Amino acid sequence: MSTITTEQRAADASASPSQRPEPADQTPKGAFGAAQLLAAVPGAFRKLDPRQMWRNPVMFIVEVGAALTTVLAIAEPFLGGPDSSGGSAVPLSFTWGIAVWLWLTVLFANLAESVAEGRGKAQADSLRQTRTSTTARLAAGYDEATDAAAERTPLRDVSSADLTLGDTVVVTAGELIPGDGDIVHGIASVDESAITGESAPVVRESGGDRSAVTGGTRVLSDRIVVRITSKPGETFVDRMIALVEGAARQKTPNEIALNILLASLSIVFVVVALTLNPIASYAATTVSIPVLVALLVCLIPTTIGALLSAIGIAGMDRLVQRNVLAMSGRAVEAAGDVTTLLLDKTGTITYGNRRASEFVPMPGIDAAELARAAALSSLADPTPEGSSIVELAEQRGIRFESAPVGEAVPFTAQTRMSGIDLADGTVVRKGAGSAVIAWAEASGRIASSVLDDLAQRVEAISMSGGTPLVVAVQDGTATSTAGTARILGVVHLKDIVKDGLAERFAELRAMGIRTVMITGDNPLTAKAIAAEAGVDDYLAEATPEDKLELIKREQAGGNLVAMTGDGTNDAPALAQADVGVAMNTGTSAAKEAGNMVDLDSDPTKLIDIVRIGKQLLITRGALTTFSIANDIAKYFAIIPAMFAGVFPGLAVLNIMQLHSPASAVLSAIIFNALVIVVLIPLALRGVKYRPLGASAVLSRNLLVYGLGGIVAPFIGIKLIDLVVSLIPGF
Amino acid sequence: MSSTRTAVRTHWVAVRAMLIFTAVLGIAYTIVVTGIGQLVLPAQANGSVVESGDEVVGSSLIGQSFTDADGEPLPQWFQARPSAAGDGYDGGASSGSNYGPENADLIAAIEERKAQVAEFNGVSADDVPADAVTASGSGLDPHISPEYARLQVARVADERGLPETEVAELVESRIQARDLGYLGEPTVNVLQLNLALAELG
Amino acid sequence: MNVLFAVIQAATLALILALLYRPLGDYMARLYSSDRDWKVERGLYRLIGVDPRAEQSWPAYLRGVLAFSVIGLLFVYVLQRAQAVLPYSLGLPAVPEGLSFNTAASFVANTNWQSYSPELTMGYTVQLAGLAVQNFVSAAVGIAVAIALVRGFARRGSGTIGNFWVDLFRGSFRLLLPLSVIGAIVLVIGGVVQNFNGFTEITTLAGNPQNLPGGPVASQEVIKLLGTNGGGFFNVNSAHPFENPTAWTSLFQNVLMLAIPFALPRTFGKMVGSNKQGYAILAVMATLYVLSLTALSALEAGGNGTAPELAGGALEGKEARFGIFGSTLFGTTSTLTSTGAVNSMHDSYTAVGGMMPMLNMMLGEVAPGGVGSGLYGMLVLAVIAVFIAGLLVGRTPEYLGKKIGPREIKLASLYILVTPTLVLAGTALSFAIPGIREDVEATSIWNPGVHGMSEVLYAFTSASNNNGSAFAGLTANTPWFNTALGVAMLLGRFIPIVLVLALAGSLAAQDRVPATAGTLPTHRPQFVGLLIGVTVIVTALTYFPVLTLGPLAEGLN
Repeated sequence: MSTITTEQRAADASASPSQRPEPADQTPKGAFGAAQLLAAVPGAFRKLDPRQMWRNPVMFIVEVGAALTTVLAIAEPFLGGPDSSGGSAVPLSFTWGIAVWLWLTVLFANLAESVAEGRGKAQADSLRQTRTSTTARLAAGYDEATDAAAERTPLRDVSSADLTLGDTVVVTAGELIPGDGDIVHGIASVDESAITGESAPVVRESGGDRSAVTGGTRVLSDRIVVRITSKPGETFVDRMIALVEGAARQKTPNEIALNILLASLSIVFVVVALTLNPIASYAATTVSIPVLVALLVCLIPTTIGALLSAIGIAGMDRLVQRNVLAMSGRAVEAAGDVTTLLLDKTGTITYGNRRASEFVPMPGIDAAELARAAALSSLADPTPEGSSIVELAEQRGIRFESAPVGEAVPFTAQTRMSGIDLADGTVVRKGAGSAVIAWAEASGRIASSVLDDLAQRVEAISMSGGTPLVVAVQDGTATSTAGTARILGVVHLKDIVKDGLAERFAELRAMGIRTVMITGDNPLTAKAIAAEAGVDDYLAEATPEDKLELIKREQAGGNLVAMTGDGTNDAPALAQADVGVAMNTGTSAAKEAGNMVDLDSDPTKLIDIVRIGKQLLITRGALTTFSIANDIAKYFAIIPAMFAGVFPGLAVLNIMQLHSPASAVLSAIIFNALVIVVLIPLALRGVKYRPLGASAVLSRNLLVYGLGGIVAPFIGIKLIDLVVSLIPGF
Repeated sequence: MSSTRTAVRTHWVAVRAMLIFTAVLGIAYTIVVTGIGQLVLPAQANGSVVESGDEVVGSSLIGQSFTDADGEPLPQWFQARPSAAGDGYDGGASSGSNYGPENADLIAAIEERKAQVAEFNGVSADDVPADAVTASGSGLDPHISPEYARLQVARVADERGLPETEVAELVESRIQARDLGYLGEPTVNVLQLNLALAELG
Repeated sequence: MNVLFAVIQAATLALILALLYRPLGDYMARLYSSDRDWKVERGLYRLIGVDPRAEQSWPAYLRGVLAFSVIGLLFVYVLQRAQAVLPYSLGLPAVPEGLSFNTAASFVANTNWQSYSPELTMGYTVQLAGLAVQNFVSAAVGIAVAIALVRGFARRGSGTIGNFWVDLFRGSFRLLLPLSVIGAIVLVIGGVVQNFNGFTEITTLAGNPQNLPGGPVASQEVIKLLGTNGGGFFNVNSAHPFENPTAWTSLFQNVLMLAIPFALPRTFGKMVGSNKQGYAILAVMATLYVLSLTALSALEAGGNGTAPELAGGALEGKEARFGIFGSTLFGTTSTLTSTGAVNSMHDSYTAVGGMMPMLNMMLGEVAPGGVGSGLYGMLVLAVIAVFIAGLLVGRTPEYLGKKIGPREIKLASLYILVTPTLVLAGTALSFAIPGIREDVEATSIWNPGVHGMSEVLYAFTSASNNNGSAFAGLTANTPWFNTALGVAMLLGRFIPIVLVLALAGSLAAQDRVPATAGTLPTHRPQFVGLLIGVTVIVTALTYFPVLTLGPLAEGLN
């Protein structure tokens, strides 16, 4: 038998794609190697259990066929050898050949699923280590009002496994946080690498949107009081483990629908197989059961049936690889369907910080003087805005030979200004227009013409989406102009739109996805930034309620909405959105409300998530199309072979010129099995997705997987037949 | 309302609707169309009958056999196609042969007819056209191909003692062109040809 | 066969249908969308006790369809059984039980399979009061169901899909009846008889006796075709010179069969608010039609096979006035529209040519299919094509803004299961059950060998797909075939209707998703191509193995 060699060929074929360099936009960690394949083999055998197979009707039919053929193969020596089938003689090893390859077909399918699961398992194991029980210091009877820091509350050591919802624990530097919770008091730096893989520690503090901590992460410094927000066994890590292992995997609506279609196609062919012999008995002569089983297996959509669940697992896995946890497969699928993306301006569309882009002097003021004053006032300003002003001034040729002597005045919410009081008595201030004007007028009246000029400049900057920062100076007593403060001009602080976003939004538009920018800015600024970033729409001065309203409005119009959020006040909107991605840095309320969590807390990832969702659906569609298209060639291999003995004229249909009826049938079965292995990498990696319009994507995929699916098996079966025909008797 | 009552009610609606339909679509409609046909187009509505003298000798649309009581072809008449309707051209039992293309009986019949037609008309079997040896779908086909008609000219002329050219001219004049010039096939209506032939003498 | 004449003839047909497409399609869209009833209709609705403005949920609509069909079944059955006492029965006796059931099922299911020879079995009263009425109403039911499905696509968040009784009455009285009156007169002009004369015995020119049949043929002929019914007044159906006297009446009959099925896509497009969608469906239907017509015509003109080659042409079972192309055109139209009328004997086609009518039916009667049933069948296939295509573009599939989810796919999947199961199971049982097999072999099958198998396969294909044509050599008036085919016709008609109405309900309840650049366009050539592919692969290919045992084995040896 050629079993061994072809099997090796299969292994080679399946291994080769992993050696190819992954394209940049593919999952970097998603490689598929021989080692993984080996590790998955035991799982593939375990899955042969009919109770498990039953859930996949297509492959269950194959398993039943394999079992039946095996029984026949065993019985043959006692019952007097293989019968001839459809009038053609059948070689001795034929039934065994069919049986072996049917088992391999089932095994290959299981292997695909096993490999897909294997990738999650490794990750789950490392997560599980973080879950090992630790000792928690429970502050029983903690009362926030009287003892916020839990310094006087007695602490009791309990096992982390015994913690329940509402318990309060104290965690100090070096300790593992025993469970998911919110910090009620204190601030700490936390190493979350166990979950996110990111080694740099993050700061967590009570109140606000950075109060959530995750069980299993380690406090590096300081001491915090944490209120536990999860039940035992339902922590974030528990859910993560379940997700990456695929244990919690439920079939998505689409997968269910596809399964139904595949089942119905299978049933049709079961009917075809069952009715063939009675009909053949009148018109010609009956075919043997192994041939009938072979026909059935070749016609039912085994390729997609074998790979369907692997595709789903791999899709979830691709998200996990990008540090996104989808709480349900449904969410991943919904991501592919999203038609409206709500993107927060800050952090997603623009860098979190504004940068100085221009100095706009008042009439009669030298631009250099303005730049110098602005830089002076910012030298001690640690904020990114401040340093960007200094940088801009340096670009304009402003240099300070020595550090100016003086006292820095930091920004406060009361003054809404910052600046410097120099040793020579000169006072420089920059800040919001109204604050600076008020400060300047305190030292003397400002001409209304100056105010008008200023208002003009401030307005112009606002209109263009920038933030105006007014700079004024009150010269020191040593100078001639001492006394009255002078308004020098305005610094144009600009939101910096991230590079390449406009192109990505154009891509999204081509994919049929509308982008909406959400910002707290005034409409003028919002409009300008929206135009620069290339989003389709914007929501200015947005409150969380506005956001929720917008989502509801979009959904009422039939749109599917995706958004990111991290704050507790985002929770309702996250829950309402079809795809709500919570940032891992966010509050637990936000994480509860969303159906995905981004461990990297990168809002831009929403776009990747959409892409992965689409890729998942396309992979299913592509393999379904391929699988069904394969039938044509298989028909032309098997049908003429089945009755060639009685009707030699049917040889006309043997357009592949296959060697003999027995070899034709076996070759089709072998092709059917091998194609599964060949396609495992594709199933796991997902087909390449190009952000094009639906029409272009359809044309391309129909060409590749539809036409390819028709042509490929003609070539494949012919090649296999050339090998099989070397076997004596075939 | 209970489901039984709903079902009964719905069926009762259906019964009344069916009565209305029967009255309108079954009876009234048929009577109206029959009335129009009988008043406006009585010849067609009544079967496009053709007469010889005062006698109705058939319908121009329904083929008939030109055989003797034993079913042997009468050489003085142009012959129609083989017929599977009853014993041949039975207007009360329209039928095709329904033989499949590989049916041995059909193959034998074609061979036999071919030989018979060839001998009957004194031509080579190769010259016998297909319609002469195949039964029509209805068994009442009133037409033959012009080729088959021409094939019979010599025999009919000979039998009737008419000049062959005269009979041939008659046949040519009786060839019905395709409808509108392109629909269907050119044909010769056997009954009408034979009627004209009878007038010729 | 002259190819040029054939092409011009097909082009004439195409031109006429193209001219009818918009006015007829738009008329039907208005007819089924309008909420204005005629005064006389209001009277009739009062008479039968329905409120014409009351919208129905899909189960209520279905109850109407089923109740009306059950009553129709009983009516036709009882009429046949009572034939002996009915007027204008030409002295014919009551129709036997088995045959009565088969015929009643057949006409109610819009199949019009005839296990009997009409001129020897059915008197005028049964023909016009029983059969002709069903010719109208079974067609109107089919259109109604299709319209209900279209409403499912067109409506948003609606619990209802129309009112069955209104759709039924309008389809019968405002669509089929006026067209029939006009068509009947045209047919009479061509020579189709319309009288109550019974048989007239005459003496032929050669002196032999001949029975000339009469009857109200034209009135029944027109609705037989217009409603894609196909049950002939005479045994040989449209091959009979009194049903179809000339080449031009034959072309006219093609027009009658194709007019409504080919115009319904327009109605569909109009009602869902995008004529392009209608054109896409039309393109699929028309492409399949042209391919099939070309194949059959080439095969018959080629005339392969022992008998045709011996005779010098495949003219056995064909009428001289139609010629080969007139026959293949009619055969293609009839089997692609679920009409089942014949103007030539399919049993006598060349072996592979004879496969074409079977394949046409096996497609599921969708190109363009029966009145109504063709559109809903094609839309169900479109749902499956959309599902696959939707996945291919990375979107949860949606068709005309309606999401194709598990429920929709379940209904569509069951739909495509029904007919192959009926066809194959019926054929297999005919040979698998010992007692029946002997009877089938000895009594029913006319042509021996594989062709005999083809006759049985054809019968079940025709019955299950509600076509009604036959490899007529088969003697189907036996207990087995009367029962099995009767059941196949009813199941093949009404299970799909249940599924389609459920689908309509499910779609109507959904809101419409707005189309974006990411939405699969379902009016472009790729989708048309995909839908053709799905239609061929999902339906016809299923039958490849049995066809190999029948026509292919016969034709390729």
